[in-house]
Amino acid sequence: MNEEQELRVKRIENGTVIDHINAGQALNVLKILGIPDSSQGVVSVLLNSPGKFGIKDVVKIENRELNVREVDKIALIAPNATINIIRNFNVSQKKKVHIPTFVEGVVRCVNPNCISNSNEPVTSKFDVSVEESLRLRCTYCGRSISEDIAKHLL
Amino acid sequence: MKFKGHHIISMTSFSRDMIDSILETAERMEPIALGKQRSGLLTGKILAVLFFEPSTRTRMSFETAMYRLGGDVLNLGSVDASSIAKGETLADTIRVVDGYADAIVLRHPKEGAAQLAAEFSTIPILNAGDGAGHHPTQTLLDLYTIKRESRLEGLKIALAGDLKYGRTVHSLCYALSLYGAEITLISPRELRMPEEIISDLEKRGAKVTETDTIEDAINEVDVIYMTRIQKERFPDPAEYEKVANRLKITPELLTDARPELRIMHPLPRVNEIDTGVDETQHACYFKQAFYGVPVRMALLALVLGAIEI
Ligand SMILES: [Zn+2]
Repeated sequence: MNEEQELRVKRIENGTVIDHINAGQALNVLKILGIPDSSQGVVSVLLNSPGKFGIKDVVKIENRELNVREVDKIALIAPNATINIIRNFNVSQKKKVHIPTFVEGVVRCVNPNCISNSNEPVTSKFDVSVEESLRLRCTYCGRSISEDIAKHLL
Repeated sequence: MKFKGHHIISMTSFSRDMIDSILETAERMEPIALGKQRSGLLTGKILAVLFFEPSTRTRMSFETAMYRLGGDVLNLGSVDASSIAKGETLADTIRVVDGYADAIVLRHPKEGAAQLAAEFSTIPILNAGDGAGHHPTQTLLDLYTIKRESRLEGLKIALAGDLKYGRTVHSLCYALSLYGAEITLISPRELRMPEEIISDLEKRGAKVTETDTIEDAINEVDVIYMTRIQKERFPDPAEYEKVANRLKITPELLTDARPELRIMHPLPRVNEIDTGVDETQHACYFKQAFYGVPVRMALLALVLGAIEI
């Protein structure tokens, strides 16, 4: 982020900055994180912010770090996102999200006749592949999800 | 190759080597399937047959396979009369039956049911069809029929009928692509094979062409595989009639056919094949139904560890 943009959104002392979110996905990122319900601190959202590779969204959350499951979910809808952990106004850790090859209990199968959508004691399971785009394939029925993944997040 | 204890869930996990081994084993089973030879290979073994929806032929063919090898069959009985009607989960049913039998054959209306069953079972699960999902023993018996009645290597095959929804046709095509088949797809516009499947098949080495009448292909192929078209797929009944008449094999159509041509159908048929065809040398569908027995015998003997290959 350059100086001018920095001014638009206040720097945070401690917390997480999720940068390089695909434009339009910031609100889905908030949904994944259960915000506002799960967060006491200030949350700032920057939409359509110009970045090196076109426009992007940015989310800053005060006093909160993310767990692995949350990062996995973010990776599915924003594969280019970076997670910056801020401590004492400094970036103490910066990492790219990593697209998992398998997700469990993260997405609901789109097939209404899939056994994972009945009252069986199992969680949904998907194999994740990345070719031209991200594709999730249900381990049970084999049906794929490749569009609007955010819509199917559990 | 070890099959003992393996689940038979879907064809996607089968390599060509595995398929070849199963088909070779089935061939050895044939005299026993015909009742010409007796076998006690599975004496003392119990097969639980769990059919959550009716499919009498598939069930009978599994039962025959088990009895022919000297094993016993435990039937779930009618679903309405059992605890399933009271809302028991499939997972619980499987965990209970697991303690009664040595293998389970499962037929279930929901896709993925066999995969779920496998997660809760310590004994082999054989998928006998899950919803619109997999039906691997059908594919194996189709392949076996082709092997016995025609040839798997360098095969020219036409598939006709509902190619859009017929998942057994899809998995048959995938399996045939392992053998480099030339595949002709014959279907009405509304029921064409999905594009992504065609491109998968081509990537796997099959040659695929599409056409819309049987006449175009019938004199060129070794095998024609007919499937049923469901009336419900057509909003307009007149449109259905038109299509149904176009995709029908009659004795007249076979006038110039090569003697080697074989006609297959998973049965039951409605009117895709005129009964006049039954007596011709081309008709292969009743034999195909019989071939389900040696194939299922082979699978049972393999997963129960009675045979090692
Ligand atoms: Zn599914």
